[in-house]
Amino acid sequence: MSAVPNPTLQEYSKRIEQLALDLGLDYYPVDFELVPNNFMMEIAVYGLPVRMPHWSFGIRYIHQLIRQGMGNSRIFEVMFPGDPCHAYLVNDNTVPENTLVVAHVLGHADFAKNNHLFARFMEMAGGHILEQAAARAHQIDAALEEYGQERVEAVLDAALALEPHIDINQELHRPLYPTHQAPRGEVPEPDAFRKRFHNLPGEKIISEPQRMSSRALIPPQSEYDLLWFIANYAPDLEGWERDIFLAVREESYYFYPVFACQIMNEGWASYWHARLLREADFLPHDLYLSAIKAHSDVVRPYAADNQLALAVNPYHLGFSIWEDIIEKNGIDAARGIMKEEDDFGFIRNYLSVELAEKLELFVYESHDDGGIKIANRDIHAIRESILAPKFNYGAPRIAATHLHIDGSLEMLHDHESDGRGLDINRAERVLEYIARVWRRPVSLQTVGHSGNTRVISSKKS
Amino acid sequence: MVSRMTMSAEAPWYDLFSRGARDWLRHNEKVRESVQQNLPDLIAGSDLITGSQDRTVRVPVKMLEHARFRLSDSMESQSDAGQGQGQPGDVLRPAQHGHEEGQGDRGEGEVQLLLELKVDDIMDWLWEELKLPDLQPKRNTAVEDEEYVRQGWDKHGARARLDRRRTVKEAVKRRAIQENPLPFINEDLRFRQLVQRRKPATNAVVIFALDVSASMTEAERKLAKTFFFFALQGIRRRYAKVETRFIAHTTEAWEFTESEFFQVTGTGGTGASTAFNLALDLIHTQYDPAQYNSYLFYASDGENFTEDRTAATEGLTQLAELLNYVGYVETVPGSLRTTETEMKMICGQLERNGAAIGTSVLTRPDDIWKAIRKFFVQQAEQSEAA
Repeated sequence: MSAVPNPTLQEYSKRIEQLALDLGLDYYPVDFELVPNNFMMEIAVYGLPVRMPHWSFGIRYIHQLIRQGMGNSRIFEVMFPGDPCHAYLVNDNTVPENTLVVAHVLGHADFAKNNHLFARFMEMAGGHILEQAAARAHQIDAALEEYGQERVEAVLDAALALEPHIDINQELHRPLYPTHQAPRGEVPEPDAFRKRFHNLPGEKIISEPQRMSSRALIPPQSEYDLLWFIANYAPDLEGWERDIFLAVREESYYFYPVFACQIMNEGWASYWHARLLREADFLPHDLYLSAIKAHSDVVRPYAADNQLALAVNPYHLGFSIWEDIIEKNGIDAARGIMKEEDDFGFIRNYLSVELAEKLELFVYESHDDGGIKIANRDIHAIRESILAPKFNYGAPRIAATHLHIDGSLEMLHDHESDGRGLDINRAERVLEYIARVWRRPVSLQTVGHSGNTRVISSKKS
Repeated sequence: MVSRMTMSAEAPWYDLFSRGARDWLRHNEKVRESVQQNLPDLIAGSDLITGSQDRTVRVPVKMLEHARFRLSDSMESQSDAGQGQGQPGDVLRPAQHGHEEGQGDRGEGEVQLLLELKVDDIMDWLWEELKLPDLQPKRNTAVEDEEYVRQGWDKHGARARLDRRRTVKEAVKRRAIQENPLPFINEDLRFRQLVQRRKPATNAVVIFALDVSASMTEAERKLAKTFFFFALQGIRRRYAKVETRFIAHTTEAWEFTESEFFQVTGTGGTGASTAFNLALDLIHTQYDPAQYNSYLFYASDGENFTEDRTAATEGLTQLAELLNYVGYVETVPGSLRTTETEMKMICGQLERNGAAIGTSVLTRPDDIWKAIRKFFVQQAEQSEAA
């Protein structure tokens, strides 16, 4: 490993950046770091450069190791939004490859500063999530020393299993529920709507609230932010355990924009690396060709040359949609879309019938018996199939519904929105994880295959 | 222009360790723990005895899964987006015959983990789990072994037993009090001394006898084999030197090597007395009960010719008197028999008369642990009572 980045790469990067700024890209500073391939792999596995230890990462690690060993998975870059952004490049990739990656990362950086989901998160959590995550990882190491592997692991088992179970409509930092609820019949505290419109002509003036109040139900309504709920309402959770839950939750909020904008974001970065390279007339011709080759390796349909693929490459899909938008409406309109949409709006509004046809997208059905057939090429079905894995952060909708006097917890799976019940075996195991930190009985209601109600309860310990 | 980029290639700290590897090791540790908890299930299933030479066994295990909430697999079909040419209705992959395959295809490529476990570790876990007492050697072993142990030092001795450390120590002491000391003198030399000591015999012999008549099926042999393996390992824990002998019988009895022993198939009827007599013969000629702790384990499906009853009873009675312990396991894969077998009856009678004999019935692999436990606990109790 060379201690100094390749001077050629540095020179090209500077000039590419100048070009990017000239073309209107707008981003927080980016710290690039050239790292060995094995470290790159770990960043990808953990999702953060330094993150809490857990055995489940070990499994992902070994899978990634095997995939790389077989040569069908190569990681070119990882970019972490923030102020500054942190981007990692593999130190023994070629200069053309890394030149391409630098251009690609600038596209991501532009996206991360301007897209509303990313901006909202940064507003809530600040721009130093990497440093915070690393600090928390060290805290957890300290907890391992102090409380032992078994106890720390029990908390991480539960918290990481619930990683996607946050409520992204809520704030990252939110107040606890009111401890007392207003007496029945009373008009609730005026919210923004009421404040604005309470003086409608003819409306009665609201009487002063009465002094009487009763103990509030916890939670007052279904609570989908399970990490927050457990952190704050588990009967006997210790401070350090709570910190772990909140750490996982904050990281989960951080990952959400990346998750919810993957197609847009990768497409945007791919559009920009292609354009920046095209306009970078200072690049030697052979370097340009090598870089473009790397580009087409990344941004190509999984189904090339009359083949079929049972998955859609998000890089290729996003790239194609952005090209289509920019061709029709120009770059300014595209920037507007980039700021306001996430993948749901992006796919529903901008994956047109013509484009879907051009990309030869289809919906297929796979049956229990292993049979697979093309179902249709209906645009709505295509859009929804692409988006299906993204609903609710890719997880079933499960809410905490009732905290009983004795500390036991009831949860409810919203099987109607999800369309079917939970995988019972896994649900039982997650419930065991939760029960170990909740330290009281925990139960969860879902439905079985025939639509019958199933209540799963944690085993009595 | 003020550059908004920095580029560095330092910070080699991450070369020092791999967090992924650390978490992977932790995963493996957890697998090991769960293997430990499910040990009886795992082990009864695999072929152990043959692998005993290298003192390790390989157990295929699944990787652990960190569970998350997931929707159940849809009963009908699942829709996803794909890309390429083709018409609605085109079959991209025909239905597979046999459902298992379709299931395995989903998710990430399955990685099989082959866990190598030391037989000694397994035995330690088992002993802990089954709470087994250690075997008691016979108290009345008449002859004791001679052994040499190191004891003390002398100023004379064979060069090979020169204790250099001790010698230097002596030299240092001497030099401390002399004015112009020589580095070493003969007086400094110290030699280790050996003395002869008698110690109780710790030799053991285990005789395995197996009914190989036509009625013994493969399943029955497998049960017997697994049981024998663990009984032997248990005995090996206690004794420095364990010899094993293998006897198979139908209406005749022969001695075999270990590898042949489990392959032998005989035809015809069952006369257990032949095996007992051969065992007695071995004991009398080669394993003096005064010198050896001896064990006999006999496995059979319980059938025995009624004409052989007297001879078998006689043989077993003699064996029970000479040996530390006789264990009889009846292999009945599947279901328990309602009627008492000939062999069980004979053993039961002897046991009631106070002979060092125990009986267990093996219907499925789980029973092996009960049987092992029974034998070791009973043997310990009996030798205490004796």
